[in-house]
Amino acid sequence: MSEFAAASCPFSGMREYPIKRANPLDPAPELAELRADEPFAKVRLWTGQDAWLVTRYDDVRKLLTDPRVSADNTLPNFPGATPGMLAVRTKYPSFITMDVPEHTQFRRMLTGEFAVKKIEALKPRIQQVVDERIDAILAKGPPSDIVRDLTLALPITMICDLLGVPYEDQDFFHAKADLITDSRTPPDVSSKAIQELCDVYIAGLIEKKNQHPTDDLLSRLVVNQLRPGHLTPIQLIGIARLLLIAGHDTSAHTMSLGILALLENPEQKRALIDDPTLINSTVEEILRYVDVTHNGRRRIATADIEMGDHVIRKGEGIIAHNAAANRDSDVFPDADKFRIHRDARHHIAFGYGVHQCLGQPLARAELQIVIGTLFRRIPSLALAAPVSSLEFKETSFVYGVERIPVTWES
Amino acid sequence: MRVIIEQAKCCGAGQCVLAAPDIFDQREDDGIVILLQENPSEESRADVLQAIKVCPALAIRLEG
Repeated sequence: MSEFAAASCPFSGMREYPIKRANPLDPAPELAELRADEPFAKVRLWTGQDAWLVTRYDDVRKLLTDPRVSADNTLPNFPGATPGMLAVRTKYPSFITMDVPEHTQFRRMLTGEFAVKKIEALKPRIQQVVDERIDAILAKGPPSDIVRDLTLALPITMICDLLGVPYEDQDFFHAKADLITDSRTPPDVSSKAIQELCDVYIAGLIEKKNQHPTDDLLSRLVVNQLRPGHLTPIQLIGIARLLLIAGHDTSAHTMSLGILALLENPEQKRALIDDPTLINSTVEEILRYVDVTHNGRRRIATADIEMGDHVIRKGEGIIAHNAAANRDSDVFPDADKFRIHRDARHHIAFGYGVHQCLGQPLARAELQIVIGTLFRRIPSLALAAPVSSLEFKETSFVYGVERIPVTWES
Repeated sequence: MRVIIEQAKCCGAGQCVLAAPDIFDQREDDGIVILLQENPSEESRADVLQAIKVCPALAIRLEG
């Protein structure tokens, strides 16, 4: 039994969750202790609910594909993530909180839009956006904030393109997304943000698409799904909200933290610059190493589930910790080391099971192009401030870094 | 070696297409897996095994 496991929370004997990190690019060290000593650990959430925290790769994958494990966040005792996300759960349900077969029906309305070949065709556009951004960074000269000037801009531009959302609205919906995903946001503020984003903004956008459909994903959903009655207006708002929020924050922060990981591991950065063909394995390693969904996948058991010596009872919450699983050294040797040569393709940064991220081909394409181009065009890129001085989004549902000040030899 | 897919299980994540593009493709309208070669050559075994390993919906099997 580790020191942490024995000593935690002397009053209730219950560990509080989420567990704070010690280093910004590593999961909390207690997660490694739990993975070794207590792979099924009971934790207490901010809501006062208890849930099982599961940290080993094989266990996480098993549970996320187990039909007795539900993603339905309206079930009693479902482990809530943030007040904002609790507030949204019944009003705008989306397919990420549905189970098979209902989930399949809704997800399939979108899977064609994110097919590998569809995304392949978007690569020239991604490259163009990245090149324009890096041109502007170079023209202005050092220093630059890589988050503001590059990594936040790219996924927002791409999701606006794809959904047919006007670029000029990005500050608005980005601010609302930040409020909804931050666990510190009071419930009334979250609810207001959700209302402004969904009832007013997205509903208005859908109405415009209904009157004048254009060549974009939202218009196609309006014409092919809403009009024939396959989707209700509320369901369409739920899908649009999910794509708008999930489509930019996660990608942006993975890029930012990936760039930070390369800058913090200069020998890895040098290896990538010397051999650009390493870009695909670099991106998989970034995804494995810097998991932005740092609070794990939330689920609930709909029947008793035996897992080795443990039984997860029907109605108990589960946090399948994909970030901890991605640091499991039984699966990824020397897992706490950032090594771009390793084969990390079986990481579960995008989750696992039928809910695995729909947008992963787009996220991969963006990451490959932005990271590859940045270090090819600015090989001398270096941090202009120590990592310890940077601000990280520890309290957000989506982990990230607020800014990355960089400099280079101009 | 015989590859078996279950289209009903597929969630269109596209992982198999990335792992073994000569063996797997996706339907244009809904992104669901299509098997391009039911009996691929022995050289493709590692790629097929990789596709099985990363398929999040457990929709691919191998016989032989």
